[in-house]
Amino acid sequence: MHSAHGRGSVQALALQEITKCFGPVQALRGVSLTVGDGEALAVFGPNGAGKTTLLKIAATLMRPTSGTVRILGADPSHQAPQLRRLIGLVSHQSYLYAGLTGFENLLFTARMYGVPDARARAHALLETVGLSHRGGDLVRTYSRGMTQRLSIARALVHDPRILLLDEPFTGLDRQAAMAFRDLLLAMRGTRAIILTTHSIEQGVAVSDRVAILVDGAVAYEAENGARDVGTVERVYAQCVGVPA
Amino acid sequence: MTALTAVRHLLWKDLVLELRTREILTAMTIFAMLVAVVFNFAFSPSPADSLRLLPGMLWVTLAFASTLGLSRSFVLERDQQCLEALRLLPWDPGLIYAGKFLSNLLYLLAVEALLLPALAAIAGVRLLPAGGALIGVLLLGSVGLVAVGTLFSAMSVHTRIREVLLPVLLFPLASPVLINGTRATLGILGGWPWADILPGVRLLVAFDVIFVVVGYLVFEYVVEE
Repeated sequence: MHSAHGRGSVQALALQEITKCFGPVQALRGVSLTVGDGEALAVFGPNGAGKTTLLKIAATLMRPTSGTVRILGADPSHQAPQLRRLIGLVSHQSYLYAGLTGFENLLFTARMYGVPDARARAHALLETVGLSHRGGDLVRTYSRGMTQRLSIARALVHDPRILLLDEPFTGLDRQAAMAFRDLLLAMRGTRAIILTTHSIEQGVAVSDRVAILVDGAVAYEAENGARDVGTVERVYAQCVGVPA
Repeated sequence: MTALTAVRHLLWKDLVLELRTREILTAMTIFAMLVAVVFNFAFSPSPADSLRLLPGMLWVTLAFASTLGLSRSFVLERDQQCLEALRLLPWDPGLIYAGKFLSNLLYLLAVEALLLPALAAIAGVRLLPAGGALIGVLLLGSVGLVAVGTLFSAMSVHTRIREVLLPVLLFPLASPVLINGTRATLGILGGWPWADILPGVRLLVAFDVIFVVVGYLVFEYVVEE
């Protein structure tokens, strides 16, 4: 097994020996991962591997049972509100109000983050995710893919230094997935990104490093310079115990 | 941006959502009016009884109506895990409580503005001579009711039996508000000396201060996963 760590000179996010228990269930078992500033890490794993729990702990939404989290070297248990400003999260749920329009959702979030000229930022992001023509419509009228695109825009509204993406390609059609992949590629090097996905092809394409999480533990971690989807698929199959 | 501005934006969001759907206000207002009418038929108070019964009818109606609104207030945040998104914001989570508290208080005050004249008309009681003091007591009681209710609403939102759980949690703890609110209202409408009314009012003030502060401080732990 390879072991590589955040290659940026600054560690944007460092998780050390993280365990998380929900009653008798151990969701994470001693997970250590670091992501350098400007680096993208793709985390693969089957359902129930602990990917979402890992991202929630990284986002300061959940406290680990044991282990340490450092965001740009700082301890979130002491400075959570300040550090949250640096984090953007795309979750399984959209984090959007169905009774507000797409524009209002982005405007509200931008205002809450104290983004200067929140209206202009909301309009610009609607344009970025291809929703400017539907920005005035209530989110409850959006399709699954449109909601996902707006959710991604929402996570980017305050230009976070650390972007956490929990299966962001879910619900996107091929064209939207390609556009989002291009957006991630354009952002590479500008912020730390942790992406969990079931799509090895998409994850490998946008990341500098890959990790495979199985049963709450890191089973594999390696640099991803060659973007070799086949190798990652083979290793994934070995780790998970299914044929490649 | 200041914390006050953040609370203002949270309030804006809640009010826009409510004005668009009118789910909370409609349910609270219709329920409050129906209870008032039922009380009138049940008691058929004589002019002499009206003064004695109106305070109790008013506060019982407000207590029940408030649970309807409070139980809905965090449901909006539960859908699509918006409460989690609010916890991600770079603010003390107590501000989320403050925003919800203010929106819930506004809903209850709006219902009171309709209910009080309606009850007075039904009971044939003239409110104008006691107007200022009555509004003061209603405001104090509403703050207490909503301060506790907002906290319990957040606690019960992820449970399947929130509509049952909320009143079960709320009413015992809010009983000082209901008892002292009723007594103070009775005193004001009955023309009691201020020396007899003030102890109840002081209790309402103390209750409000304690539970608004407690709600603000413990909200983070209430919504934590």
